[in-house]
Amino acid sequence: MREGLLALLAEGPRNGHQLKTEFEAVTGGVWPLNVGQVYTTLDRLARDGMVTRARPNGEAEAHGRRYELTAAGREELASWWQLVPAEDPPPRDELMLKVLFATALGPAHAMTVITEQRTALLALLQAHRRASRRPADDDTAAAMVRDALIVRAEADLRWLDLCEARLHAPMKGRS
Amino acid sequence: MTAMLEFDDVVKSYGSSTTEVRALRGVTLSVAPGEFVAVMGPSGCGKSTLLHLAGALETPSAGTICVGGQRLAELDAAGRGELRRRDVGFVFQRLNLIPALTAIENVMLPLELAGEPARSARGRAVEALEAMGLYEQLDRYPDDFSGGQQQRIAIARAVVGERRLLLADEPTGSLDTASGDEVIELIAALPEQHGTAVVLVTHEPRFASWADRVIFLRDGRIVDETPAIAAVAR
Repeated sequence: MREGLLALLAEGPRNGHQLKTEFEAVTGGVWPLNVGQVYTTLDRLARDGMVTRARPNGEAEAHGRRYELTAAGREELASWWQLVPAEDPPPRDELMLKVLFATALGPAHAMTVITEQRTALLALLQAHRRASRRPADDDTAAAMVRDALIVRAEADLRWLDLCEARLHAPMKGRS
Repeated sequence: MTAMLEFDDVVKSYGSSTTEVRALRGVTLSVAPGEFVAVMGPSGCGKSTLLHLAGALETPSAGTICVGGQRLAELDAAGRGELRRRDVGFVFQRLNLIPALTAIENVMLPLELAGEPARSARGRAVEALEAMGLYEQLDRYPDDFSGGQQQRIAIARAVVGERRLLLADEPTGSLDTASGDEVIELIAALPEQHGTAVVLVTHEPRFASWADRVIFLRDGRIVDETPAIAAVAR
């Protein structure tokens, strides 16, 4: 949320209500915020010198304190745009951990876990697909979030297929 | 309601007793009219064998298969041929269109073979092609169409004449992703629009996710399936 608020404040001063509304719109409504969370984060950003209180501005100020970016905040935001998510070590992923630990307990248990996870992921993918078939609501952000969920589920399913192939080869060799 | 396709403890083996390979090992499955079922699984798991048995292209070693309530074992070769012409359509990865016939002639062919007069066969072929989004240049030859369009012609041929069961074996296998998406979307619309039951074999989760239910085969057995999604929730 921290970097998201900085990105919104790059457009100009805003109060907590405006930031909440814009954050939810930009992210397709998938991460709802409450105003209290927004002001808590703004206070921390102010403490770190990334934002500062904007000059009072009549009516807008009446709806909550307005904040604006500082030079340090602009610098922090610029670094964030350029930062590539690190993969070393890989980000902790619950599915990956589950399959790795199941494999440690034996290939038969691993195959059971893979089968169950695959079925659940496919059901999830079906639900996303169904949502994408409903009449378009012109919300590009929501559609982009849905696209991300679909391709990630597809990638997870492909990974499970690869795991199964790796487990299956030695299992066949032993029989 | 009578199932459109029913497998009861179906076994299919190939080879002799010493070299026997069991492609299916006791598959029980029911597909309702208007239901779209996808079958997934690794290579050699029995997906295509299941489809061939459902279309009476092969006979099971044990167990019972019914199509539209008709036990296939009770039909002779002529009866199975009649069932395929009347009720069952096939779509394969290879397009299998006849290159010397135009798009519309390819689609008219099964109707004419069933004895339908050319005039009405042409009308129904046009309807089937239009349902696949093909409205123009229907008198051109298959080679004049893109891969995705050729597959759409093949689907039109498979479902023309109100066939009640479509069996599709990797129909997107030779297509790029965008054409594959288009083809699957058209296949997915058939149950809703025409009440056709569809069984799709695919290794692509992307395409399987269009189905009402996904079945997973491994070593000739159904190992799991997603919960069925009611047609009303589509």
